[in-house]
Amino acid sequence: MNVTPYIFWFLSVWALFSALMMVTSRNPVYSVLWLISTFFAISGHYILLNAQFLAVVNIIVYAGAIMVLFLFVIMLMNLNKETEPQKNRWLKLVGALAGGCLLLVLVAALKDAELKSQQAMVGAGSIGLIKVLGKELFTRYVVPFEISSLLFLSAMVGAAVIGKKEITHQNS
Amino acid sequence: MPINYYLFLSLALFTIGMVGVLTRRNAIIIFMCIELMLNAVNLLLVAFSKMHHLKNLALNASVGTDGQLFVFFIMVVAAAEVSVGLAIIVMMYRNIHSVDIQFLNRLKH
Repeated sequence: MNVTPYIFWFLSVWALFSALMMVTSRNPVYSVLWLISTFFAISGHYILLNAQFLAVVNIIVYAGAIMVLFLFVIMLMNLNKETEPQKNRWLKLVGALAGGCLLLVLVAALKDAELKSQQAMVGAGSIGLIKVLGKELFTRYVVPFEISSLLFLSAMVGAAVIGKKEITHQNS
Repeated sequence: MPINYYLFLSLALFTIGMVGVLTRRNAIIIFMCIELMLNAVNLLLVAFSKMHHLKNLALNASVGTDGQLFVFFIMVVAAAEVSVGLAIIVMMYRNIHSVDIQFLNRLKH
């Protein structure tokens, strides 16, 4: 008995349900928690595809670092259900309708695509392992890797400059 | 698994993120929906890399690592983007005491 399809469907339903709850929940803190749940489901998909490095990085960077940052900002601003801004009902309906149309068009365009008979390799293959990816990252992709460190430095400086309080000049 | 399933799952996740951007007014939630869209793309990139690997396995044993490294770089860029974006949102909250994007439709006060 092959359990892979069951795991796939379970993870897919989990990811879609969590994403829907993230979009629809009123309280921003619940939204963050549902998004973390979505990220765990996507990490499960990565493990199913044997992309172990990306699964671990996804949990550490997204669920660990980025979402904690979001949570900090939300709690710093003291946002909750009462202060949550609301759009009017028609705008929400039109937004959902537009998204549904986008999904319909994309699915209709891609359902007869040429790659329909292709399979994704599941549970095998060594390209997702840290050894292979690390070797590739530090040989062929070493220049983009170094440039990304510069990007991080500029993002850090930018966040500090934007986030700091403006000093008021009283005697100028 | 057939690649179609991954394609449609990613499309559904992307569309949910898009609907979130269109229907919510809280700037932080809109930002989170953008993260969800990035993740949908990441999932599809990994699935395609595994598809490519299976197809060209005989030619080269390490074919398909490029796609997974792209996902890695997308995560790097997303982390940098989040730090700057949240700083901008904090600054906006400090100035107008709200994260409602409706107050930003005019750029001057």
